[in-house]
Amino acid sequence: MKFGVIVFPGSNCDDDMVYVLNTLMGYQVRKLWHKETDLQGCDFLILPGGFSYGDYLRSGAIARFSPIMQSVVRHAEQGGKVLGICNGFQILTEAGLLEGALLKNNNQKYICKNVFLAATQADRLKPYAIPIAHGDGRYYADNDTLKQLQDNEQILFQYCDAEGNINVDANPNGSLLNIAGICSKNKNVIGMMPHPERASDPYTGNTDGKTLLQKLIEI
Amino acid sequence: MKKFIAEIDIMPIREILDPQGKAVTLGLNNLGLNEVAEARVGKHITLQLEAESEDKAKEKVETACQKLLANLIMEKYSYEILAVE
Repeated sequence: MKFGVIVFPGSNCDDDMVYVLNTLMGYQVRKLWHKETDLQGCDFLILPGGFSYGDYLRSGAIARFSPIMQSVVRHAEQGGKVLGICNGFQILTEAGLLEGALLKNNNQKYICKNVFLAATQADRLKPYAIPIAHGDGRYYADNDTLKQLQDNEQILFQYCDAEGNINVDANPNGSLLNIAGICSKNKNVIGMMPHPERASDPYTGNTDGKTLLQKLIEI
Repeated sequence: MKKFIAEIDIMPIREILDPQGKAVTLGLNNLGLNEVAEARVGKHITLQLEAESEDKAKEKVETACQKLLANLIMEKYSYEILAVE
């Protein structure tokens, strides 16, 4: 499988993503500049974290109109895999590839810390410990959309405590249903606020992110 | 082509908690303005544009609002279009 990491002006987690996929996991990876439209044969596209276009207007709003996004949308519509992390998740919701929106954290703060994630569908009992780093991570969707996400098992990750309990105290940003990550109806487009690439190298003292990425690649 | 100015307001929808507005309310109360019960914070955008008529200008502003300037999941918009000489 060949990975394409899309670089927008203001992306800043692209190098980490390439390092994890290539150096740590051994996959073939290409960086794709946002002005290109050729996906260079990549099967799995990653929209990395950062502050594309300075987060002007709304996070992810302007990146959505970058030339490469037309190719990303086409890739997704044909069933190709797309993963958006943090700002990448925001771009995917703005592009309409994932439902809902990401609003300002309810405590008005940029939050940078380790959180626990309950993987709703995974065959894993222990929650993942993964860092978050965002100011606009409060997942919001109307009630009909939330119900549809639940009915179709589109909620992939929810914020929880160290024991895996999903409750208000474990919700860092006010996301509805503690949602940290979702996927499209067809499961091929995935978006999540936490940064698995920042918890993949053994030097970080935590490799849960690598385990999680491997699982997402295999979905 | 005629010249127009569009004055656009974009506000978070009522159902959504507006943390920025909450912080501003607190600030206003601390200032001694205890009469202020709620502040909500949005954006104001001014566009200068050319169009054949006011209706055409309106069409363009609608497209701008719906496709980029506002995210209708979380925001609503309103605007006024003024012809300029």
